[in-house]
Amino acid sequence: MSKKTLFLQGNEACVEGALYAGLDFFAGYPITPSTEIAEMLSMRLPKKGGKFIQMEDEIASMCAIIGASLTGHKSMTATSGPGFSLKQEAIGYAVMAEVPCVVVDVQRGGPSTGMPTKVSQGDVMQTRWGTHGDHAIITLTASNHQDLFAITVEAFNLSETYRTPVILLLDEVIAHMREKLVIPEKGEIPLVERLWTSVKEGTDYHPYLPREDGRLPMSDFGGVHRYNVTGLVHDMWGFPSEDPRIAYGLMRHLVDKIEGHVKEMTHVKEYYLDDADVVLISYGSSARSALHLVENRRARGERLGLLELQTLWPFPAEAVRKSCERAEYVIVVEMNMGQVTEEVRKVVHDHETVFLANRIDGTFISPTDIRNILRVVQGKGV
Amino acid sequence: MTRSKKQENLSKNHLSIEINRDYCKGCGICVAFCPKGVLGMDDHEKAVVEDLEKCNACRLCELRCPDIAIEVIVG
Amino acid sequence: MSVREYLRERFMPHLWCPGCGHGIIMNNLIRAIESLGIKKNDIVMVTGIGCSSRISGYLDFHTLHTLHGRALAFATGVKLARPELKIIVPMGDGDAIAIGGNHFIHAARRNIDITAIIMNNRVYGMTGGQFSPLSGYGTLATTAPYGNIYEAFDTVELARGAGASFVARTTTYHVRSMKEIIEKAIMHKGFSVVEILSQCPTYFGRKNKRGDAVEMLKYLKESTAPIGSERKRKNPALIERGIFVEEDRPEYCAEYEKIVEKAQKG
Repeated sequence: MSKKTLFLQGNEACVEGALYAGLDFFAGYPITPSTEIAEMLSMRLPKKGGKFIQMEDEIASMCAIIGASLTGHKSMTATSGPGFSLKQEAIGYAVMAEVPCVVVDVQRGGPSTGMPTKVSQGDVMQTRWGTHGDHAIITLTASNHQDLFAITVEAFNLSETYRTPVILLLDEVIAHMREKLVIPEKGEIPLVERLWTSVKEGTDYHPYLPREDGRLPMSDFGGVHRYNVTGLVHDMWGFPSEDPRIAYGLMRHLVDKIEGHVKEMTHVKEYYLDDADVVLISYGSSARSALHLVENRRARGERLGLLELQTLWPFPAEAVRKSCERAEYVIVVEMNMGQVTEEVRKVVHDHETVFLANRIDGTFISPTDIRNILRVVQGKGV
Repeated sequence: MTRSKKQENLSKNHLSIEINRDYCKGCGICVAFCPKGVLGMDDHEKAVVEDLEKCNACRLCELRCPDIAIEVIVG
Repeated sequence: MSVREYLRERFMPHLWCPGCGHGIIMNNLIRAIESLGIKKNDIVMVTGIGCSSRISGYLDFHTLHTLHGRALAFATGVKLARPELKIIVPMGDGDAIAIGGNHFIHAARRNIDITAIIMNNRVYGMTGGQFSPLSGYGTLATTAPYGNIYEAFDTVELARGAGASFVARTTTYHVRSMKEIIEKAIMHKGFSVVEILSQCPTYFGRKNKRGDAVEMLKYLKESTAPIGSERKRKNPALIERGIFVEEDRPEYCAEYEKIVEKAQKG
């Protein structure tokens, strides 16, 4: 049976990836530029016996998917900046209670109402530190629809593997532009299903006691084990505790389970890095312009390279350091005021060689925008 | 069951009131609302049975206890 | 099963103050569930934040202690994903009607089969005695030292207006009616709201000189009357208690099942 090839929006590619991953519960609220995700799922989910609900606000949507996930369903919500801000407390709850779910943030011009139909990548730091308190998070992104499909499946896989919310960070350009997408066959991309406990009924089940491999088998609400889920610091049975040793152990567990697996979570794409004098680092839709410039300059014999980040958090420091080792200059290409640039500067040996090529005016960054910065960096002036 | 039948029934089978002194926080609700004045507070601020004979097993003490500390056991 | 078999006894005695109404509600909520014979594995109890919300920790069900005001939103996700589960959502007055107000009216509008129990002690207890939307005009609180200038919501009318298909009010004094009303609410197919007027002797009682738990319970007896009763007619100021709304209306999960059928047929 030949594979299905579609020509669709990025939002729709994300939905196809989520359905491929086994999504069967979505709660959302209308907000440009993510609404198409909700619209499409309201049509598609019931067809497969899944559930769609439009809640009264973004807070409720985030809370609803946590509730649904705890009954054993793969669940997701989608929003944009203002809604993403509203969801932060509940995202922190999903981190603390270790509830697998996927949160899509389709970035638009910010802050505040900003430019709802324009593009920006200004939420990067919010995905990392949006919710209060020390914690770790996984944030993934992609720059084309084929990758977006795969990274959406990966978001579900990582959320189940590490029992954590995963933020899928898109932007208005990738969300709304149309592009080809070839749907992989069933089984082509391996899926991580919910890990159920093997503890028999009547014996003591610990919802929050990790196995040696770090995974935490779950038991669904309605199942044979009755336990407590809370946002308070809790013991291995899920009950509130203020014992410093339990608090320390839990905090270490919540952060180490992510920061200790950066390698397994790192997804990057490398273009012409082996002999690159100038390394561009980019992500999301900006990476499209960066790649265009690299290929354009390479054709003229200039040794440019591109490291495209598909994992933003936990930050792939190793991959970044390695890619920039030989580089004379590093140019980070992003549509904000340097949120990833700062992270790169922290990682490379000489932070003064790291420059920012950006746009913050709602216009999609073009290869020319980047080339102008490159010329200035090379002392040639525009 | 008519009133007299109930009274007679009680004295026949064994009637007891169990009070969990660990749970009881001495709020006095059971004592105040017992229609027969069966209960009282001891000097540790804990509810105690003072006159079991008067008890008609209406269970209001049990139902109104905020600490689930009292149980009327009939038979 | 006796009442004690529903308790997670290792956590007792509970953390509520002596004479707190929450304990009386937990007591009779257990009895309602026991008499209905619902299996523990079929119940998910979802609570928010506050003294009231700690009730889920003591009860041997699937328990979900969520965020302040958001219990009903979490519960909606649980219910829609697993409609066969019985969902019980005890909340405080502030938890349900202040920060939780938006979720409260929308859960009612959906008429989703969830039982919402509002443990109305007219104060934020856990944070030390601030006024709530149900405190009432002129009451004193740590944040209303000169007297509260808000009129209280009428929770029953709020729930009725928002679309709840079962709405009742009772008090922690009327324990037998409380148990019966909770039973009806749990068995009702649709959004059920049970407002239970309750007492907080430590904060509301002390701040407003209402006496101890016993005095406050007597007040609940004297200040309320059955719906349409003679006492109510003679003294309109009395707060009515009983079942105000009990209607059979389309339930959200059942309606969504029809959508699934339609989508899979088409």
